[in-house]
Amino acid sequence: MPEVTLVEAVNLALGRAMEDDPDVVVLGEDVGVNGGVFRATAGLQKRFGAERVLDTPLAELLISGLCVGMAAQGLKPVGEIQFMGFIYPCLDQLVNHASRMRNRTQGRLTCPMVLRTPHGAGIRAPEHHSESTEAMLAHIPGLRVVIPSSPERAYGLLLAAIRDPDPVVFLEPTRLYRAAKGEVQDDGEALPLDRAFVLREGRDITLIGWGAALKETMAAAEALSAEGIAAEVIDLATLKPYDERTVLGSIAKTGRCVIVHEAAHTGGFGAEIAAFIAERGLSSLLAPVTRVTGYDTVIPMARLEQYYMPSVERIVAGARRVCQFS
Amino acid sequence: MASRRLNQDLPVIARFEVRHRNYLAPDGSIIRPLPAFASDAKLLIALYRAMVLLRVFDRKAVALQRTGRLGTYAVSLGQEAVSVGTAGAMREEDVLLPSYRDNGALLWRGVKLEEILLFWGGDERGNCFSGPLHDFPFCVPVGSQAPHAAGVAYAFRLRKEPRVAVCLFGDGATSKGDVYEAMNFAGVHKLPVVFVATNNQWAISVPLRLQTGSETLAQKAIAAGFTGEQVDGNDVVAMRAAAEEAIAAARGGEGPHFIEAVTYRLGDHTTSDDASRYRSVDEVQAHWKEEPIARLRAYLVGQKMWGKADEERLATECHDRVEAAVERYLATARRRPETMFDHLYADLPEVYAAQRRELAGEHDA
Repeated sequence: MPEVTLVEAVNLALGRAMEDDPDVVVLGEDVGVNGGVFRATAGLQKRFGAERVLDTPLAELLISGLCVGMAAQGLKPVGEIQFMGFIYPCLDQLVNHASRMRNRTQGRLTCPMVLRTPHGAGIRAPEHHSESTEAMLAHIPGLRVVIPSSPERAYGLLLAAIRDPDPVVFLEPTRLYRAAKGEVQDDGEALPLDRAFVLREGRDITLIGWGAALKETMAAAEALSAEGIAAEVIDLATLKPYDERTVLGSIAKTGRCVIVHEAAHTGGFGAEIAAFIAERGLSSLLAPVTRVTGYDTVIPMARLEQYYMPSVERIVAGARRVCQFS
Repeated sequence: MASRRLNQDLPVIARFEVRHRNYLAPDGSIIRPLPAFASDAKLLIALYRAMVLLRVFDRKAVALQRTGRLGTYAVSLGQEAVSVGTAGAMREEDVLLPSYRDNGALLWRGVKLEEILLFWGGDERGNCFSGPLHDFPFCVPVGSQAPHAAGVAYAFRLRKEPRVAVCLFGDGATSKGDVYEAMNFAGVHKLPVVFVATNNQWAISVPLRLQTGSETLAQKAIAAGFTGEQVDGNDVVAMRAAAEEAIAAARGGEGPHFIEAVTYRLGDHTTSDDASRYRSVDEVQAHWKEEPIARLRAYLVGQKMWGKADEERLATECHDRVEAAVERYLATARRRPETMFDHLYADLPEVYAAQRRELAGEHDA
């Protein structure tokens, strides 16, 4: 099986989806000739033509609004927002239109669109290029929010997102675009949405994360195992709707949980998971649920960003605290 | 104005014009030769009837709201010719993207009166209507449907379908980036889309002069690379003619067009508004002299196409139609509460299905 990077896996999935379904259209800034600033759409315009791989004007609201209009008439648009810091003009379209088109027309019109965007910090990018505001999106009823953490899951989940009959925001961990490599068979096989992936099994503590933060989370699990702590690591993968069953099942086994995310602490999606475990898993808990997250500050620029993101050390320390609780 | 700041010796590299279209004067007299369709008495009468029905319907809807049987409602009083004239030029297969005040267009396209009442009565089923299934529902967030129209038109282009997207919004919407971004994109790709701005002079309490420094709204199309024209929006013949030409051109591959329909909102913004707070009775009274229904009636009567007996018959017919629709609306049972989850996703994820069961009183074991 060929080994590819995460961004190459995204590219493979887009190509496969366009090959399989003439209704799939890719649009965004620089996605055509340039192949996207991260090359996620490289070669697609050459293969599928400029009508289906479309360089839009520099207008993010427009990109999301075009997707809604196209999708409501039966196309399957895949819009690209160049960085998550530029997704905010799209919120009106996501909240007021994409996520509720099906519901407010009682199924008469639907919105099978995907909005892709790079997510997170750690590539020494300029200001506004390192956002991880997934909790805002996961709060929107009617939407799906998906974030892969490996090339294999990027390929399988993106295919599933494009085939899904409802709108999906697909967050791509920028830091893993080239850093994560893995074997991907370009066989058109999708992975299930709304399901978490257990990346590592363990009986002592559950570490829950998503996106690039799983890299440090997995390293932390390895470090903990050297201390005799067997950590289970869950990649939530779909934040909305998230896989309650896998989370509860793991908590029932371990009784301890640390949630890891790069986004700021207060109101982050970890708060949702923690509240859910408190509501539905309290009897299993042996210790308070803990969050290891970005701080409640503006995401710092390149010189300080590594101090902002959850480090292996902070995750290990958090897990130790939870394991020592009595 | 700006030219005063510029050296008159510099060469002019572009010139633009905005034209104004009208056929019928406020008293129903003819200003210039009418378009061909106006020789079809049946068509003119159909436009007239649609405007009268809308006005009768609006009056009833407000009465329902005042008596607690309808939610907030936006009347079309004074601007009926814009939505009716525009929709009157569309084909069934074209796609309408209306704003919340475009009842006239929806009704023309086959949406039932009781469906509109259902929507304003707070029931989503009003959006699952009997008009063309591909038409968009009312858009409440101002101007946000304009990018949809561009997307719809792009889909037509991609599939080589000879269809046109027709997008209606108000003068306030022309201040929003949504509208500019959509028009800009439509201009780039010469998409089959027609934008119609209902310039009724007021965005709730904010007058047009605080909305834009432009002499016209129509000229905004020029910056986007296509044509814009100003139309007397109280002249339904002009509205129908402008829309017909624009839609035919768009269908023929000539690209987008922008229509600024100049009219006046004679009523409040909605039933929640009191326009006397921000504009004078005298101003409103002056505009009553220009309203579209009396204007077309004067023309039709002058042409012996319409008479007193017709008017009386129409009044009775509209009254009866509206009353029957209201009865059907009021007789429509409320949906079961848990149906708020229906059509949220194609398949309701299990996590939300549990909430639906809870609402339905079917608690999990």
